[in-house]
Amino acid sequence: MTATTPLWEVFIRPRNGLAHKHVGSLHAADEVMALQSARDVYTRRGEGNSIWVVPSAAITASDPDQTAENFEPTADKIYRHPTFYDTPEDVGHM
Amino acid sequence: MAVWEALLELADDHLVLGHRISEWCGHAPMLEEDLAMPNMGLDLIGTARTLYDHAGKLEGKGRSEDDLAYLRDEREYRNCLLVERPNEDFAHTMLRQFYFAAFMRPYWLAALNSADATVRGVAGKAEKEMAYHIRHAGEWVIRLGDGTEESAARMRDAVEALHIYVDELFDSSDAARMAEAAGVLPVRADLRDTWERTVSEVFAEALLEQPKAAYAQRGGREGIHNEALGHLLAEMQVVHRAHPGARW
Amino acid sequence: MYSQGLIGADGRTEETPEFLARFQKRIDAEEKIEPKDEMPEGYRRTLIRQIGQHAHSEIVGMLPEGNWITRAPSLRRKAALLAKVQDEGGHGLYLYSAAETLGVSREEMTEELLSGKAKYSSIFNYPTLSWADMGTIGWLVDGAAIMNQIPLCRCSFGPYARAMIRVCKEESFHQRQGYEIVMTLAQGTPEQKAMAQDSLNRWWWPSLMMFGPHDADSQHSDQSMAWKIKRFTNDELRQKFIDATVPQAEYLGLTIPDPDLKWNEDKGGYDHGTIDWDEFWRVVKGHGPMAKDRIKARKKAWDDGAWVREAALAHAEKRRARKIAAE
Repeated sequence: MTATTPLWEVFIRPRNGLAHKHVGSLHAADEVMALQSARDVYTRRGEGNSIWVVPSAAITASDPDQTAENFEPTADKIYRHPTFYDTPEDVGHM
Repeated sequence: MAVWEALLELADDHLVLGHRISEWCGHAPMLEEDLAMPNMGLDLIGTARTLYDHAGKLEGKGRSEDDLAYLRDEREYRNCLLVERPNEDFAHTMLRQFYFAAFMRPYWLAALNSADATVRGVAGKAEKEMAYHIRHAGEWVIRLGDGTEESAARMRDAVEALHIYVDELFDSSDAARMAEAAGVLPVRADLRDTWERTVSEVFAEALLEQPKAAYAQRGGREGIHNEALGHLLAEMQVVHRAHPGARW
Repeated sequence: MYSQGLIGADGRTEETPEFLARFQKRIDAEEKIEPKDEMPEGYRRTLIRQIGQHAHSEIVGMLPEGNWITRAPSLRRKAALLAKVQDEGGHGLYLYSAAETLGVSREEMTEELLSGKAKYSSIFNYPTLSWADMGTIGWLVDGAAIMNQIPLCRCSFGPYARAMIRVCKEESFHQRQGYEIVMTLAQGTPEQKAMAQDSLNRWWWPSLMMFGPHDADSQHSDQSMAWKIKRFTNDELRQKFIDATVPQAEYLGLTIPDPDLKWNEDKGGYDHGTIDWDEFWRVVKGHGPMAKDRIKARKKAWDDGAWVREAALAHAEKRRARKIAAE
């Protein structure tokens, strides 16, 4: 088995004013080459003006087995949404 | 001698190097480099096309970019010897790219003030491309120079092998001198200090030393090439020449 | 490309009926499955195999076209072909990344390719013998690939679907550049037109084979369809391809090398002659004319590149050590 080159996650900001968005991953030995490879692989068609690279191993993810306990309890908190409340039509948009 | 011939020299440099680096496509050491090298090749071929087109117009004999690229023999090609050197290995390839970009970046920066509008246009695009080539090839020179024992030895071999083709970068042919006098192209000899600085910064990190002055090889601008160029051109031109006058 | 990716796929799975039913319910509700979600072992195995073979196809697919980059007959064509072959490399990279989310490394997949254990699309085991092949490959091979790949953008596995969306977006120029090459040749000198016809003659049948065996002989299709890894059957996609391509050939004044090809009013599509399945299986099993050379070329690139990859890792280690020492 040959040595493995670390995996990086790539985030690109399409233009100023927008957030960096995950676009894919790549392999690189260090952060400098990871950035250059991200530029060469993921911005060949003018996809963005800023790149982040993060070692994939540095990402901590929520556990899919806990999806229900994490995310379902919010479903019935409908009072957090504006449509929960009645306002008279006469007062206009609020 | 005329200004258009100086543009032809420049175009040949870019096409031949672009062709060389395109030879790697599909055979790179890692997939990420299979994308990085074509990017550099496409930059170079793009610049060559604009320069051929412009040279053809200035010559005024109706020769197109393809006429100039595909219908001249090695004695008529005017590229410097550095760019035609075979790829050999990844160390040679990256060093060749780095040397060339380290020369062309200040060249295009100086050409931003050219008396010729097309040259100014090319310069504005190409100086950024060359800045990136310096970074990408330069980072590889550093990694190979200060990597493993094997990579360091290969990098030193590349330095030794390519060293003798450096001086020619700074020579101006008669045509280039005309273009320089007319304010169309920058004076090549003036760029030596900048080149040395760029190279020595990267070499310091790469733990490489520049060899002492050696006998420099010259001749590309007069069409006196190494034998490798003839094979490159034979391959590049074979289809085009087999069908005279055809459109592609 | 690549329902062929399913050849040899092992969809067997040993989970409880309840588990499988729960999973199937998610699939049927068009929910996407993400890498860390629970999934049947057979689903994971099928995907690793299919995505891996799809990635290998892109990477090996760089070789037949890469064969002509240095001989492209105009600078415009040279730049377009270089950009196209570069794209194939990118697509391989996106796909390897998608497979890696399932816990297999790119290095492992590469070793499977080089050892001959993993397959790739049989089309790339044919030689490219003229410039016209650059046109025909773009037109037919990429055309067939797009037929296969567009439905994969809706595949149930999220990372695969996302990679395919990116691939399809980039590939839209590939088929057009191919067709433009063939069109220029077809409208060119008699020699150029003959070159285009010869190329079509050689690539037509292998292109039809890209869709894989007939549905009746495709044993892994049912499970993959149920899991929505695959959305259309091989024959459906092949029919779509033929119906789209025949008028394109007619426009060029080129003849499709199938004397039995004729319009069938009742089904609203073309009937085609018998595909040589012996040839298909021969090529799939590794006896295509270029099979040995393709793997040899990939192995050489991988082996020759080992010292570069090792140097990059060694340098990264030194950088880390220096950084720690400086802190």
